[in-house]
Amino acid sequence: MDTNFQLPSSDFPQIKKTLGFKEHCFKKSLWLYHFGGASCNNCDIEILDCLTPRYDVERFGMLLIGSVRHADVLLVNGSINTKCRDRLLEIYKQAPRPIVVVAIGACGCTGGIFAEGNTFAGPVDKIIPVDVYIPGCPPKPEAILAGIVNFLNKK
Amino acid sequence: MKTIIPVGPYHPLQEEPELFKLFCDGETVVDIEWETGYNHRGIEKINESKTFEQIFFVVERICGICSTSHPFAYANAVEEIANVNVPDRAKYIRCIIGELERLHSHLLWVGLAGHFIGYNTVFMWAWKYREPVLDLFEIITGNRNSYAMFKIGGVRRDITAQQIPAIRKILNALKPKADLLFGAVLDDPVIHMRTKGIGILTKQDVIDYCAVGPTARASGLAIDIRKDDPYAAYGMLDWKVITAQEGDVFAKAAVRFLEIYESIKIIEQSLAAIEKLPEGDISAIVKNIPVGMGCGRAEAPRGEVFHFVKSDGSNSPVRHKIRAPSYVNVATFKKSCVGQSISDATLALAAVDPCYCCTERMAFAYDAYTKKKIMDGNDLIRHSQKRTEELKRKL
Repeated sequence: MDTNFQLPSSDFPQIKKTLGFKEHCFKKSLWLYHFGGASCNNCDIEILDCLTPRYDVERFGMLLIGSVRHADVLLVNGSINTKCRDRLLEIYKQAPRPIVVVAIGACGCTGGIFAEGNTFAGPVDKIIPVDVYIPGCPPKPEAILAGIVNFLNKK
Repeated sequence: MKTIIPVGPYHPLQEEPELFKLFCDGETVVDIEWETGYNHRGIEKINESKTFEQIFFVVERICGICSTSHPFAYANAVEEIANVNVPDRAKYIRCIIGELERLHSHLLWVGLAGHFIGYNTVFMWAWKYREPVLDLFEIITGNRNSYAMFKIGGVRRDITAQQIPAIRKILNALKPKADLLFGAVLDDPVIHMRTKGIGILTKQDVIDYCAVGPTARASGLAIDIRKDDPYAAYGMLDWKVITAQEGDVFAKAAVRFLEIYESIKIIEQSLAAIEKLPEGDISAIVKNIPVGMGCGRAEAPRGEVFHFVKSDGSNSPVRHKIRAPSYVNVATFKKSCVGQSISDATLALAAVDPCYCCTERMAFAYDAYTKKKIMDGNDLIRHSQKRTEELKRKL
């Protein structure tokens, strides 16, 4: 192996920075937990699509897991209705800190086409603090990956 | 002693929120209850404030997987009120989009079913082979999901002569891949043991619970709106309704596999028909929607979608009623899950391919009432996967 090999610093600026506690937590592989609110399933299947061979999110060390207690990232998609609002708060409470909240899709970011609905309980950022917004209806898997990777590089 | 195992509402077994309570005596499920409402968005009410053309974008987002079936049924309903003659070319293009949707939806289900029984390779394969279908959607409609192809009187975009060879190439490449995948799945003795005799629905059960789609067809009931009440171009095409007699999980899988080939057949015939028709004739002009009521039906990948629209002559409907296939299919769990072991019950739940965002819309292991954690979704999948391992060792 060539020992003189160096990572291009522009791609990984976080390596150059001094690591704080939060950066240290997100340095290695990220575990994602997916919360589908009252969504239309499009964003859900695009998130699952990220795991499959064409996009293969695991090459970045990201893994979709079944419990929010082990998660670094909480992906929220879909509009939030009055029934799932309390559940979202409960899940956010259970999550370990620090946690990155990613609102995916038009519905997650603003409420989208369902914001006029009589059961709408506000977009995600009215309920819990959101760090990353990924717009689109639905955003393509590339956009979802780019959103999370850009956030990590910014840290 | 009875144990209650809640599955849901936020639970990795399903991508969507829905609460199932499995009442268990030891390993056996003795009763099941379910609770919906986590995905209620008030769509029927929203539609009353939209114009007839705008409603297409809302009904498309009822469900991301059936995002053709709902506009299809809605278009049928409105065209019944306005008495529109849709041009033949638009009818064939509608069929192509509808069948492409069935292809991607069934491949998606095969993948998820593989994941539940612990065959993640099947999950990865099926989803890999689903990607070219999404590419086809991108070629034809410009989007991977939510296609926005339908309008009153026709379709929004034409399939041009240059696109047809590209579509044929991807479809022809899909066939050997489907053969490979289904050959591997149907030859596997462990899959046979896990899925045969599990979650059986008899023909009488299916009739009693009014089940539709592949759930009903796997029990020997040949119910298919495309044949029973032909809409669009389905009456002009040569294809057959796939049925099986056993009614178990294996039969439901087999019906879906074979339907994939039928869908490819329909698309090829439609492409051949399009080549003969003049390009550009894709929409009839509709000036206004008169007073009246209309019903529209369409066969979604999961069964019959029903839309009812009432117009008072203005530019938005007075009432829009929607019935999705999962709404009736979910009720069959009462028959298919009771008496099964817990690890088989998860598979029986998945076999119906329930779509809650259609019905209205399951996932953490935590009972909303007793606040007691008993077993979570991961445990359930792990339980199901362990059983596959045991069977493998026995063989």
